[in-house]
Amino acid sequence: MKVNGSERSGDVEPRVLLVDFLRSNLRLTGTHIGCDTTSCGACTVLIDGEPVKSCTVLALQAEGRSVTTVEGLAQGATLSAVQDGFHQEHGLQCGFCTPGMMLVGTALLARNPNPTEEEIRWAISGNICRCTGYMNIVKAIQHAAKAAKPAAAAVAGGGE
Amino acid sequence: MYPAAFDYRAPKTLDETLALLKEKGDDAKVMAGGQSLIPLLKLRFAQPALVIDIGRLPSMATIKKQDGYVSIGALVRHVDIERSEDLKSWLPIMGEAAHWVADPLVRNRGTVVGSVCHADPSGDWGAVMLALGADLVARSASGERVIHATDFFTGPLTNALKPDELVTEIRIPVPSGASGGAYNKLERKVGDFATAAAAVQVEMKDGKLSRVGIGLTAVGETNLKAAAAEKSLTGQQPTDALIAEAARLAASAATPKGDVRGSAEFKKDMVRVLVQRGLKTAVARAKGGKA
Repeated sequence: MKVNGSERSGDVEPRVLLVDFLRSNLRLTGTHIGCDTTSCGACTVLIDGEPVKSCTVLALQAEGRSVTTVEGLAQGATLSAVQDGFHQEHGLQCGFCTPGMMLVGTALLARNPNPTEEEIRWAISGNICRCTGYMNIVKAIQHAAKAAKPAAAAVAGGGE
Repeated sequence: MYPAAFDYRAPKTLDETLALLKEKGDDAKVMAGGQSLIPLLKLRFAQPALVIDIGRLPSMATIKKQDGYVSIGALVRHVDIERSEDLKSWLPIMGEAAHWVADPLVRNRGTVVGSVCHADPSGDWGAVMLALGADLVARSASGERVIHATDFFTGPLTNALKPDELVTEIRIPVPSGASGGAYNKLERKVGDFATAAAAVQVEMKDGKLSRVGIGLTAVGETNLKAAAAEKSLTGQQPTDALIAEAARLAASAATPKGDVRGSAEFKKDMVRVLVQRGLKTAVARAKGGKA
């Protein structure tokens, strides 16, 4: 599969989940494991540009697809528009939900560059912030939408 | 959590899939998006020897209209329904219901047909299919048969499919004339299963209801069809009194169990409220000339 723009491969048992393949085989530990039951969204990654819960995807289902993790958002030392929004608007407290929130925000802005507050709130409705810092998460995504940088460019290998 | 070990096949053609099901169907589970199956595997509620991933089959992700019905292919995801402009004009209840399924991330992977086949009484699509009078097309190596939605749900998480059968599409009759639908769901939060929900679809002719379909979610052993309520309205002018009576009949058809989401009594009353609300909305939409 392509991960953050690079071809990556590994031999796994069929039962290995995508989140475990990313974290254990590829050592991309920015993708978190929260509830492990499809509820919290801490494990969100993009497959072909669309956010999914990687604890509920088999690694084999992603074979040949393009996967984006939080490690793929920045271009070198330059933060993506969404990352910068989270930085500027204090969109994180403990940071556990942040990779998922940023990926959902990135995918939203790629589809809809000018979302309403309500559209942002619906987009992140499958992701839980255990600090309940939703206000600033919404502001962070709004900040990114306002920034001149097109968010679509930040989706490394995204297929939307 | 790791599932128990299983073999995995991702056939490239339908024929290959049906041959696999014929040979190993007894001990296999079919996976489309995996949003119901993978949680079951992880909790080890399901431990099949083989998972057949149909996610790579070609031409199954199509929504099309033909021969008087709308066809939903086996790989059409909830999000595809939500975004389909065609369905907004053909069967707007579909997009309305899709919006209530799970959460946006699950909707990016989960499929309508997979959800219906999963046959969870708390699933949203079963109620919609009952309200719409849908048919499921079941294919096996030996042929094809059509199973009506009313005959499909045989118990909690069990359906009428034989071990060698695969549902390739759902066929929904195109409404004739003025029609309207509504899906109303009470849920505690996004992603939670319904406390109760009701799908309502009506067709009207000369001011009278020519067809009424009502399906219920999460208030019985399966998704339920509120047949007595449907019958009480068919052929009638939809007055507030008749709608209230039909909603009462639908509530009396519900057999919910009390749990953390509410008592059985509360859920029955919510069925009454949701059906009444749905009928009023559906009738208004049908009268508004919007399908």
